[in-house]
Amino acid sequence: MTETERHDYDVLVIGAGGAGLRAAIEARERGLRTAIVCKSLFGKAHTVMAEGGCAAAMGNANSRDSWQVHFRDTMRGGKFLNSWRMAELHAKEAPDRVWELESWGALFDRTADGRISQRNFGGHTYPRLAHVGDRTGLELIRTLQQRIVALQQADHAETGDYEARLRVFAECTVTELLTDASTGAVAGAFGYWRESGRFVVFSAPAVVLATGGIGKSFQVTSNSWEYTGDGQALAMRAGASLVDMEFVQFHPTGMVWPPSVKGILVTEGVRGDGGVLKNSDGERFMFGYVPDVFTGQYAQSEDEADRWYEDQENNRRTPDLLPRDEVARAINTEVKEGRGSEHGGVYLDIASRMPAAEIQRRLPSMYHQFKELADVDITAEAMEVGPTCHYVMGGIAVDPDTGASTLPGLYAAGECAGGMHGSNRLGGNSLSDLLVFGRRAGLGAAGYVAGLASRPPVDEAGVDAAAAMALAPFDPPSGDLPGENPYALHAELQQAMNDLVGIIRTEAEMTAALDRLDELRTRVRDVAVEGHRQYNPGWHLALDLRNMLMVGEAVASSALRRTESRGGHTREDYPALDPQWRHRVLVTRRAPDDPDPVVPRVVVEEAERDPMRPDLLELFDLPELEKYYTAPELVTHPGGEPA
Amino acid sequence: MTHTGRFRLWRGDAEGGALTDFDVEVNDGEVVLDVIHRIQATQAPDLAVRWNCKAGKCGSCSAEIDGRPRLMCMTRMSQFAPQDVVTVTPMRTFPVIRDLVTDVSFNYAKAREVPAFTPPADLAPGEYRMAQADVQRSQEFRKCIECFLCQDVCHVVRDHEENKPAFAGPRFLMRIAELELHPLDVADRVPAAQDEHGLGLCNITKCCTDVCPEGIKITDNALIPMKERVADRRYDPVVWLGRTIRRRRG
Ligand SMILES: Cc1cc2nc3c(=O)[nH]c(=O)nc-3n(C[C@H](O)[C@H](O)[C@H](O)COP(=O)(O)OP(=O)(O)OC[C@H]3O[C@@H](n4cnc5c(N)ncnc54)[C@H](O)[C@@H]3O)c2cc1C
Ligand code: SF4
Ligand code: SF4
Ligand code: FES
Repeated sequence: MTETERHDYDVLVIGAGGAGLRAAIEARERGLRTAIVCKSLFGKAHTVMAEGGCAAAMGNANSRDSWQVHFRDTMRGGKFLNSWRMAELHAKEAPDRVWELESWGALFDRTADGRISQRNFGGHTYPRLAHVGDRTGLELIRTLQQRIVALQQADHAETGDYEARLRVFAECTVTELLTDASTGAVAGAFGYWRESGRFVVFSAPAVVLATGGIGKSFQVTSNSWEYTGDGQALAMRAGASLVDMEFVQFHPTGMVWPPSVKGILVTEGVRGDGGVLKNSDGERFMFGYVPDVFTGQYAQSEDEADRWYEDQENNRRTPDLLPRDEVARAINTEVKEGRGSEHGGVYLDIASRMPAAEIQRRLPSMYHQFKELADVDITAEAMEVGPTCHYVMGGIAVDPDTGASTLPGLYAAGECAGGMHGSNRLGGNSLSDLLVFGRRAGLGAAGYVAGLASRPPVDEAGVDAAAAMALAPFDPPSGDLPGENPYALHAELQQAMNDLVGIIRTEAEMTAALDRLDELRTRVRDVAVEGHRQYNPGWHLALDLRNMLMVGEAVASSALRRTESRGGHTREDYPALDPQWRHRVLVTRRAPDDPDPVVPRVVVEEAERDPMRPDLLELFDLPELEKYYTAPELVTHPGGEPA
Repeated sequence: MTHTGRFRLWRGDAEGGALTDFDVEVNDGEVVLDVIHRIQATQAPDLAVRWNCKAGKCGSCSAEIDGRPRLMCMTRMSQFAPQDVVTVTPMRTFPVIRDLVTDVSFNYAKAREVPAFTPPADLAPGEYRMAQADVQRSQEFRKCIECFLCQDVCHVVRDHEENKPAFAGPRFLMRIAELELHPLDVADRVPAAQDEHGLGLCNITKCCTDVCPEGIKITDNALIPMKERVADRRYDPVVWLGRTIRRRRG
């Protein structure tokens, strides 16, 4: 293909959110020539939407906080399914990653003594989230963006070229990873410029995937259009594995009205700062929903809960701040049982809890969002909220220390990587995850490149195949027949995932979902687009559909397989947590015998999880572990023989 | 409630284009971007529009609605009468790529010309101490979502291609002010603001402030204080020098 533009880099980072930018900074600082590719403009990635904060046990607000407490909270939030090594690294390294941002110009909100202020969030024992009002993601991405510019300025001073060692390819979408035909190792990536529709081939011995989540496969979501599961699908098509794909987080508080904004997030910071959930009877219903595993850890009366905001030593926290999966299920039940709000949610009340000026100061963008989009003044009336698809805990299987996937040369970090959050992510643990593991993936990729004797060549047949695949929607097999409309297919896919693989799941519904996906996967071959290749959203969506379908199948098949309820996976037909499932992980891969290049089928297999290192296991009391573990797994715990 | 809305969208590319009319369903509670998406899904699948968050947070969906620079995702349909024709055109100050999408690379080039945050040499990460009252001024400017609407509206560059090389625009003059007011930044930014980034071309019309979707007081809080610092410096360099030394030690 003569018209294809070509570039050569040491490290190619796909994704310019927190994880991708942090990885690229690290690779460039290790002296490697690094490229960043992203679908949107630079500085607009999904991370920009994060609101509440970034969790790091700095101990500024409560000096009793430590990495051990953060580690424990993370494991509990994930119901002990997390990669314990990732949770350990994350808890230990997050403070350094946050402080580093300050030295790059970030301006977090301050404590009275001038340090970084930290706020309460669900599942975190102490106030732990570094934040800037409720626009923390913007601060994080802008700081990393400006750090990249700073490195480019340094390169410019030295070489006269801003892009000598670090270049951003914005509005450029990767549609396929390229491999070395003889070894299968990663060798680069194939993509197109959104602006012109022209193709581009990147050769690079190491590729870091940092493409974010999958929410756009669901109808009600807090996620932006970018979240089409590209990284997860690219990885599987190239031969890497995913883990834990059944775990999808439904955030308890999305907007429910008006319909056009349904799903847009209402930050957990509202509850962290004192907002409470109420049903149509005005009852603070969360007190009735503290599950057995958390008994004794949450306040039992409204008085105690309210005192906790002031005095955390002597009171227990409000159950409004239980982990997200618990709160989302509780809201679902309230609505189902007829105690919901006018538009099918519940009420989130901060207006009656603090003065209007205080609300505006602490939650400016929530105030703005409700005022502008729903005509609701949150300082005067309660918000209406309900669950929205928010985050995928599952993702590309990685080595905790280096971010290496199961495919040589392929690395992953951020939301598209799996393991860190187990079955349920705590709020604030994603932004810190991006920084900690973005850096580690950058380091891992740099180390891999340094150790290579030669650079893997790009398989040219792969380039031609990727180009043909990308052009297919302009020349569908249906010929002169009308062909399938990509927007309509997308809507059908979202409906199926939402209704059949949503917050509460059953075998019958998931089987139905897989049938629906099967049908869509046939129809996607006939997808037809109008117009030409220049900035054509219909075409872009047609190509994204392949990824959404493959990831949809991964989620539905894994969810069907896991016959228990835990975290972001609730089965009506298997409502209990089952310790026999705790130590098993579901691994999803491309089916080895399916040569279909469009949407290859996936297979789900069970594997055993790595047992937790004894010194980490000892951080928990035996009685707590017994709620999650099988007896034989606990015989080494020094708390003695399990009962 | 549903009605048929009348939309007039600019369609075309760098070579030229024209306004095209669409009749399209509009529902209660919708914003302009919802309606554009419906046009895309049902009538013009290749209609180019840039967007991302649909929540006013990313600054991607900038355009001119009835001639006024705005975010499409934060402009509610309820502010128009059902019979109004809503006209949406691309931002005028930047070259058109296609339909409502413009080439905003001017802004990224300007961003690169502003020297980065320069940290104090004697503080390690984790040792930074700043009072909330002191960070608040710069924090206001860091609310910027880089929608570039202020850049679009500013008359210094709107219809004045010739001024572009010498003028950073309100967003990046504000970035300089942000760093200048940062309690720990040690670089001196005042002379360059005037000499290299074109602060002098701004005649404080406040049009930028008027269109900022984040409500940042760009002119009053960033541009005018910078102009004052430039003026102070001109008259009394010694006073300035003394002040800076005290500030750095503090
Ligand atoms: C509304 C909202 C609020 C949130 N609030 C918080 C919070 O307060 N605290 C917290 O910790 N977490 C929060 N989260 C979660 C957190 O923001 C995300 O999990 C995190 O930002 C993901 O970052 P990332 O770096 O993995 O990916 P993203 O920031 O999503 O970036 C993905 C990047 O990959 C690029 N990309 C994707 N596919 C391709 C492709 N095919 N080719 C090229 N580029 C591609 C995209 O363009 C983008 O640049 C929130 C999430 C939402 C939706
Ligand atoms: S105040 Fe200055 S920067 Fe803002 S629009 Fe007017 S001239 Fe431009
Ligand atoms: S200052 Fe306001 S108008 Fe200008 S780019 Fe930033 S957010 Fe947009
Ligand atoms: S789409 Fe993000 S600001 Fe409008």
